[in-house]
Amino acid sequence: MTLSRPLVSWLYVSPLMLVLIPFFVLPILVVLVASVFETDGFGSLIPTFTLANYANVLTSGLTFNLYFETVKFTVLTWFFTLILGFFVAYFLVFHVRNQLLAIGLFLICTVPFWTSNIIRMISWIPLLGKEGLINSALLHLGFIHEPLGFLLYSSFAVVVAYVHQLTIFMVVPIFNSMARIDKRVVEAAFDVGASRFDIMRLIIVPLSKSGIALGSIFVVSIVMGDFFVTKVMSGGGSASVVGAFYEDISVLQYPSAAASAVVLTLVLMATISLILRTVDIRKEITR
Amino acid sequence: MSAAPQMLASARARAKRRAIAPSRGGRPWTFYVLAALFTFYVVALYGPMICIYILSFQDVRGGLVFPMKGLSLHWFVDLFTQVRTGDVKGAFDRSIKLAILVTAITVVVSFMAAMAFRRRFPGDNIVFAMMIGSLVAPGLVLGIGVGLLFNAIGIDTSWYGSALGAQLSWTLPFGVLVMFAVMSRFDPAWEEAARDLGATAWQRIRLVIIPVLAPGLVAVALFGFTLSYDEFARTLQTAGPQNTLPLEIWSMTLNVTSPSLYALGTVTTIISFVIIGAALGTIVLIQKRRGARARAH
Repeated sequence: MTLSRPLVSWLYVSPLMLVLIPFFVLPILVVLVASVFETDGFGSLIPTFTLANYANVLTSGLTFNLYFETVKFTVLTWFFTLILGFFVAYFLVFHVRNQLLAIGLFLICTVPFWTSNIIRMISWIPLLGKEGLINSALLHLGFIHEPLGFLLYSSFAVVVAYVHQLTIFMVVPIFNSMARIDKRVVEAAFDVGASRFDIMRLIIVPLSKSGIALGSIFVVSIVMGDFFVTKVMSGGGSASVVGAFYEDISVLQYPSAAASAVVLTLVLMATISLILRTVDIRKEITR
Repeated sequence: MSAAPQMLASARARAKRRAIAPSRGGRPWTFYVLAALFTFYVVALYGPMICIYILSFQDVRGGLVFPMKGLSLHWFVDLFTQVRTGDVKGAFDRSIKLAILVTAITVVVSFMAAMAFRRRFPGDNIVFAMMIGSLVAPGLVLGIGVGLLFNAIGIDTSWYGSALGAQLSWTLPFGVLVMFAVMSRFDPAWEEAARDLGATAWQRIRLVIIPVLAPGLVAVALFGFTLSYDEFARTLQTAGPQNTLPLEIWSMTLNVTSPSLYALGTVTTIISFVIIGAALGTIVLIQKRRGARARAH
């Protein structure tokens, strides 16, 4: 018995489809449908078509603020994780000469990824707090005379927690693409007199593009879809799009929450497809 | 003739700059700058975590910040005995069972999907786009969608039903992407050779592909376990009446202001390390056995 090739391939992906259809496609459709329904205010949906939910979301000044805050944290986190991740990967690939040592250092960077994110976030509290280690050290050394308030429960703390959690998502893919750069190309560039900056600009960065894109997708989608870190680390001072969505859900305002979720998902998808346009991820991974 | 010394000088200058090249010359200044940056990164990565592990061993007077007050296991006992902190033991139990289920399904399904993606097939781009969509979709939104869907068809949400599915929608795309990377190192010639020797499709999978990819499959399992064990956003609205561990930690971060919270952090980290150790140990064992078998032949 021989099956045709496409049929065999579809048999292989069928279990994946059996998960993705009921747990990704249908839920998203449900949210889409809920976003055009009315509510009786007690959590029940009334199946009458309305665009009022979208009108509310798109005209509210609050929405603008939420997106501004979320985009601000996304851009800041993306920037710092990219810089840090890029140079950490660069150091490991091009500066550590002993291969075994490089792999060991790489593993050291990845271990915290396997531990709880929430725990890693709250672990900043004893450091950044008013009575935390950093403030006491600075007071003790006489650099400041009263504790710095902006360290914890502030935008600063939010960005610190995000960068702490997500830099690994940049390091791993960038490390992966850098490790595939032929070292002879770099040496050849030196031999013809390229400066260190030129090599970075003309060889390393273009050849690490796929890693940078993959890392950016992870970081951007995680920060935009998160509300937890913003809620805890800002001490309630900053809101996020998903945080407001969660508040809506807890007061049973499903339709307006759904409308805001659809808008967020569209914004996110647009951002991701912009990143995907710069690089063929599938080809890069399977290469 | 007169150009020769000039050329020599510029060659020397080049040789000096070449120092950045990996295998020769002295260390350039960038090495020290980047080494300092790397050290800073690792210290910032581990420092805070180590602080809370230390603080979790305080005695009953302990607070959330340094200095350390006493030394005892008080907060660990508190964690598992106090009603105030919720059902930590049950949450642990459920989270581990759920993570094991997710791991098993993730390994099998990702492996099968990666087998399909070895060659192009009609509709493969749609499957791939769905996977990326599922990976980047905001977890809480997806969780609400699953919750509403289960509501609509009249099934109760539970950690072993709706939460299991919601977690798989996140671990599977991850697992398949890792499998892609693993498979790219598989030489199709090995499978061809097995085919030429008369192996059936099932024999090729069982005797050639799975043994060769075994370390990669362990890596996928490690991903599946930790992503599930730590999953929060997708589980929040789908777990039903019984909490998983991250949900328990979340409610503790909002209510509990004692070092119990840190004790919980220490315990979950120990479990994570045991899992990482087991996975790495398995990979090393597989490689060793492979080496021994290669020498025996």
